Amino acid sequence: MKRLLFSLVVIAMLFILTSVYIVDEREQVVVLQFGKPVKTVTTPGINVKLPFPFQELRTFDDRLLEYDSPPEEILSKDKKSLIIDNYVRWRINDPLTFLKTVQAIPTALSRLDDIVYSELRRELGTHDMVEIITENRELIMDKVTKESKTATSEYGIDVVDVRIKRVDLPKENEESIYARMDAERKRQANKFRSEGEEEAQKIRASTDKDKTIILADAYKNAQGIRGEGEAKALEIYAKSYDADPEFYEFVRTLDAYKNIIDEKTTLVLPAKSKLFELLMD
Amino acid sequence: MARRIIIGDQEVNIPDKILKLGLIPLLLIGLVLWLLTGVYIVGPDEVGVVQTFGKYTRQAQSGLNYHFPFPFEKVQTPKVTEVKRIEIGFRTVGKNQWRTVSQESLMLTGDENIVDAEMIVQYKIKDPVAYSFNFVKPELTVREASEASLRTVIGRHNIDEALTAGKFMIQEETKSLLQSVLDKYSTGILVVAVQLQDVSPPKEVIAAFKDVASAKEDKNRMINQAQGYRNDVIPKARGEAQAQLREAEGFKEARISRAQGDVSKFNAMLKEYRKSKDVTKTRLYLETVEEVLAKADKIVVPDAEDSNVLNLLNLQTKGGNSQ
Repeated sequence: MKRLLFSLVVIAMLFILTSVYIVDEREQVVVLQFGKPVKTVTTPGINVKLPFPFQELRTFDDRLLEYDSPPEEILSKDKKSLIIDNYVRWRINDPLTFLKTVQAIPTALSRLDDIVYSELRRELGTHDMVEIITENRELIMDKVTKESKTATSEYGIDVVDVRIKRVDLPKENEESIYARMDAERKRQANKFRSEGEEEAQKIRASTDKDKTIILADAYKNAQGIRGEGEAKALEIYAKSYDADPEFYEFVRTLDAYKNIIDEKTTLVLPAKSKLFELLMD
Repeated sequence: MARRIIIGDQEVNIPDKILKLGLIPLLLIGLVLWLLTGVYIVGPDEVGVVQTFGKYTRQAQSGLNYHFPFPFEKVQTPKVTEVKRIEIGFRTVGKNQWRTVSQESLMLTGDENIVDAEMIVQYKIKDPVAYSFNFVKPELTVREASEASLRTVIGRHNIDEALTAGKFMIQEETKSLLQSVLDKYSTGILVVAVQLQDVSPPKEVIAAFKDVASAKEDKNRMINQAQGYRNDVIPKARGEAQAQLREAEGFKEARISRAQGDVSKFNAMLKEYRKSKDVTKTRLYLETVEEVLAKADKIVVPDAEDSNVLNLLNLQTKGGNSQ
């Protein structure tokens, strides 16, 4: 009798334990009745269901999940090969559909990979490489996210964000970029050096020009001053000598004799000249 | 009298006293112990996030706290003041030692060049509830979002901006883009700082970039040298010009003075001459002849007819020799 009572208590406790369940903030559950989904619970808290084996639970993550797909080589519209490394943020937004279609996360990831990769390939194929690298990158990501969201909704999956982490070039293209960068910089270096020479040459030339001008100016002014001197002297002479031109001529001639005749001069003098008149007598 | 219980190899004696107390006190002790499991400490840098039956109900501040024991409530204590750090493009491997991760650090710029950029992201939890419940793998999430943001922003700029003036702008743009991505994921994470460590050209082309810098210096050097030439030549030329002017001025003054001198001499002589014209004239003439003839060689020929130059050649030579 006592043993029967104990068994009944144990069975009752098991019933209670398997009929009360807690849904965590991070989770969402699907209640299955003999394997058939009957209810989805997404709000956290305490809940009641029929005890095992009548109803059981499938628990799914309710958080934002990650998926980092491996880098893929994709062709752009201008037929350039790019290595795209992207990641996906997604969540299970309809656990019932999710359970019916993909059951568990690994399957979901492979579906996700297929869809995102094909959307990415399709979208990138409509853009030139430059657009992918620069301005349009965010637009492309938004578009791929939107398309993937639509495509994955049939699996109960909501794609929140598809984001290109890296866009790289294949090794050989990378090398051609390096070669171009190298050439570009050499061109710049040459330009700087030539500009330096040009500037220096300009400065030297203008210096030489300025020097010539300064000296020529100085010559002009100096000659002017000299001329003034000469003019003034002439004026002084003229003013004074005009008083007696005859006497001036006489005096000046005598001065000229003094200047012309020196030790090297040989003079042939006729004895009959006025100077020697007395001598010859 | 004691009851012996064998647990594995151990033999435990349970005194009768305890057995006599019965089941009730044991259950009470168990209950108290169970209730005590609800005591927890929230550290000064933490916040307690309490869930009741799985649902978030409250936050607990630093200090001693209590929650209803399992399975009613549970608690998490994320560190909310701690600033976490993520390195992009390099990893610190020891004190003052780094290793570059080139597949992370090399990226394309908007003008299809490649730069090598390294970045540090600092972040902390601004909303512990969102941080605890909304997403998985916080560090990976921040890392991936940071990488994507940096590359997106670098892709918007050209290489010269990335290497020089645009660095600060890139940093700020990356920070705001990263924050918007993390907000989109409702992570409850606050990006404290984004620091671009080092943006340099890839090592394959670094020599060419350095040469540009030295070419710039060469340019400046050439200009400076030319300027130096100018600074040397122009003052010298000015000096020379001044010298020429002074010389000319000197000439002018001298010319005038000499003229005045000559004139005053002439005037004085004229004054004397006017007093007695003939005498003065003769005197002047003779004085001059005397002075002049005293210096020069002289040949006096008796007749004017003899003053044939050819006849005098011999004499002249003799005269020259005799001197």
